[in-house]
Amino acid sequence: MEHLSVAAIGMGLVVIGAGIGIGNIGAKAMESIARQPEAIGDIRSNMILMAALVEGAALIAIIMAYLIG
Amino acid sequence: MLKKILSIILLSMFVFGLNAQEHGSHESPNGDESHDSHHAFDPAESAFHHISNHNVYSIGPWNIPLPCILYAPEEGWSMFMSGVFEPSAEHHGTGHKAYKKYVLDKGIVKHVADPSFPSEEVKIEDVVTREEMVDGKKKDVSYVKYNGKEYKLDSKSTMDGGVFGGGITSFYDFSITKNVAGMMLVALFLMWVFIRVARTYKEREGKAPKGIQNFLEPLFLFIQDEVTKPFLGDKWEKYNPFLMTLFFFILGLNLFGQIPFFGGSNITGNLAVTMVLAIVTFFVVNLNGNKNYWEHVLWMPGVPAWVKTILTPVEIMSMFIKPMTLMLRLFANIVAGHIVIAIFIGLIFVFGKSGQLVGASYGTSVVSMLLAMFMMSLEILVAFVQAYVFTILTASYLSAATEEAHH
Repeated sequence: MEHLSVAAIGMGLVVIGAGIGIGNIGAKAMESIARQPEAIGDIRSNMILMAALVEGAALIAIIMAYLIG
Repeated sequence: MLKKILSIILLSMFVFGLNAQEHGSHESPNGDESHDSHHAFDPAESAFHHISNHNVYSIGPWNIPLPCILYAPEEGWSMFMSGVFEPSAEHHGTGHKAYKKYVLDKGIVKHVADPSFPSEEVKIEDVVTREEMVDGKKKDVSYVKYNGKEYKLDSKSTMDGGVFGGGITSFYDFSITKNVAGMMLVALFLMWVFIRVARTYKEREGKAPKGIQNFLEPLFLFIQDEVTKPFLGDKWEKYNPFLMTLFFFILGLNLFGQIPFFGGSNITGNLAVTMVLAIVTFFVVNLNGNKNYWEHVLWMPGVPAWVKTILTPVEIMSMFIKPMTLMLRLFANIVAGHIVIAIFIGLIFVFGKSGQLVGASYGTSVVSMLLAMFMMSLEILVAFVQAYVFTILTASYLSAATEEAHH
């Protein structure tokens, strides 16, 4: 009986990737808000859009890992 | 003062009422060993029961029957309402009766392939599910107990070729299931709202918007001015209806799944639904592709010949992969949210039924409710964002398909 599921390890790695990606998006968004506070609305909506795309890739991998493992 | 009373009533409704959404707190009437699975609450099984597609619409303890349209190659077409199975309020909606060799197992219609099972309406004893090894993989196989014998139950045929555990079995299910009924409801509701709003715009020409216009106008103008016009340029009027339909339909389906006591339907969290949306996008994008688009896909101009031979298969693959990612992104986001909420609520039952400390279930109810409410608000944001992302990516593919060459 396997007590360690390789699919679960894969899911954890995917979440690390998603965390790094979305963290980068957030960091650059914060920097640009600090540089130009009047553009905060545009920056915020673009940040959420980009985060959704990165998160989409991560969630696809999580669902695939679940179905295969 | 009235607002305070209303908010206290709503909060208490949530805390005490949301427990009714899970059907896990029932003891099975028989006590023999095959029913052990009913005694211990299984949060994973309950979560998957709540995100899967059923043939009865269960709202709390009531099971609303839906039409079943089934086809088995030996027996032909069968059409009847699923009330014929007499789904029970406990046992997660397993039917008390079998009809024409079909059995309702936890809300899903299954077929008995064994020819010795009677074809008319009979009362069955129980449906048990056991985990077995099928082709080297562990699968849940259900058996119906009738007259002391066990007959194996087949699930409906799926077109996934065995990848997700499906395959061609002894019958095909074309019923109006919970998801189809939900889609029809959302489509009718959207039609009613938009036709009313369009009529109000004509009558109140030039006056300030009133009522539901106030909610829809910013959304509509946002998609029109931020998505359609920038991406499609001159031809935006031709594609605006399609993109608007896509956005509002996906938004309506996502939000319908978030309504608390309405049966917890999970429409966009179903791979078949998002696949159809992606196929529609695939056909619209490729049928509207002009000569420039096909040139770029099949024989990209402006690069050396040996690069073209590598680029063409990659471009053809990406032609199929783009709608596939649209499908998977929407499916994964919505289903992940539903599973998390179902597991948070299931925590209450884990502490209540299987826990050592009885009082822990009360504390867990409050904490779990707060967590579930937070997740639900996050899910509303995800509903809007995923509908927007689907629309904006479709607009981007459409603009790539219809742009003129610029040299």
